[in-house]
Amino acid sequence: MTGLRRIQIGLWIMAGLATLAYGALTLLPKPSAQTEEAAFRPVFALPDGGGRLRTTDEFAGKFQLVFFGFTNCPDVCPTTLSEVAQVMDDLGDDATFVQPIFISIDPERDRRLGIDAFTQAFHPAILGLAGDARETKATAASFKIFFAQEETPEVADGYTMSHSSALYLIGPEGDWLRQFDYGTSAADIQSDLNSRF
Amino acid sequence: MKTILLATALLSVAAVAQACGTFTMGDISIERAWSRASIGTDRPGVLYLEITNAGAADDALVGILTPAAGMPMLHETVVTDGIASMPHAASVLVPAGQTVALSPGGFHGMLMGLTEALTKGATFPVTLTFAQAGSVDVTVDVLSLRAEGPGCDDAK
Repeated sequence: MTGLRRIQIGLWIMAGLATLAYGALTLLPKPSAQTEEAAFRPVFALPDGGGRLRTTDEFAGKFQLVFFGFTNCPDVCPTTLSEVAQVMDDLGDDATFVQPIFISIDPERDRRLGIDAFTQAFHPAILGLAGDARETKATAASFKIFFAQEETPEVADGYTMSHSSALYLIGPEGDWLRQFDYGTSAADIQSDLNSRF
Repeated sequence: MKTILLATALLSVAAVAQACGTFTMGDISIERAWSRASIGTDRPGVLYLEITNAGAADDALVGILTPAAGMPMLHETVVTDGIASMPHAASVLVPAGQTVALSPGGFHGMLMGLTEALTKGATFPVTLTFAQAGSVDVTVDVLSLRAEGPGCDDAK
């Protein structure tokens, strides 16, 4: 065998190895979008109506049903709170596995109006939280939700709020599991929860 | 005893009929006018109803007035990409031959400056003004804070 021939074989072997290596790299499992989503753990540290700081850790082991809104809202928020209240009623004994949490995105006004009076009127299980501007921003960023103050001169106080209107389901380990879009029926939310217990 | 039972039954029927009344002015009729009980007077109340235009020409709801609130206003909830906002609605178009609803998650009357708390079981009057048909007075039923619909379907 000539030297040239040896080099030729060597090159073929190297080409083969490179192909194998490339194939292995392509086929190796990569972190998919889904695993990234499952690893997303939104957190909050916000005062409740009584001024006591409440954090995500406190609800470890429970499913958290988290939603954002403001108590001065006549349409969307009462509708969502009613849905959540209905879910809690319909869950019966399983309700102990679920903590519904209403987070104010208009916290200054809501603290003045009383956040507990609002949430309790819908269901005693709903925990209302209202922090300061900085805490609220941090929570919104952690949950990846949007809220903004809309200047509206013709309404009381001269503004109203726009905000993400979905319900977010957080698992017992603190993982973000899914969202229920605004308008999802209480029955659909309940059957999703039942499938997870 | 029978008479009392009968009287009670008749009264209940009357109450239901009144609770889900129909109010008409020309080609416009209003049904299923309802609101939710309020928590005191600091937060706005809401007004939902259905408008049917039996005429051949389009009409539009352009204003609401009520002694129950100092500042009643038409609003529309708009959910875009999951973000809910609530722009002021100058008017609500009611096309000829159609029924348009002010309902949760859509058009609604926002009753700011409630003069007194709205309590479940109470009623209050509202005057609706239409561009063509003029004004019509309706009676609004106050349902529970957790009500999600008018609850009139049996009465119809």
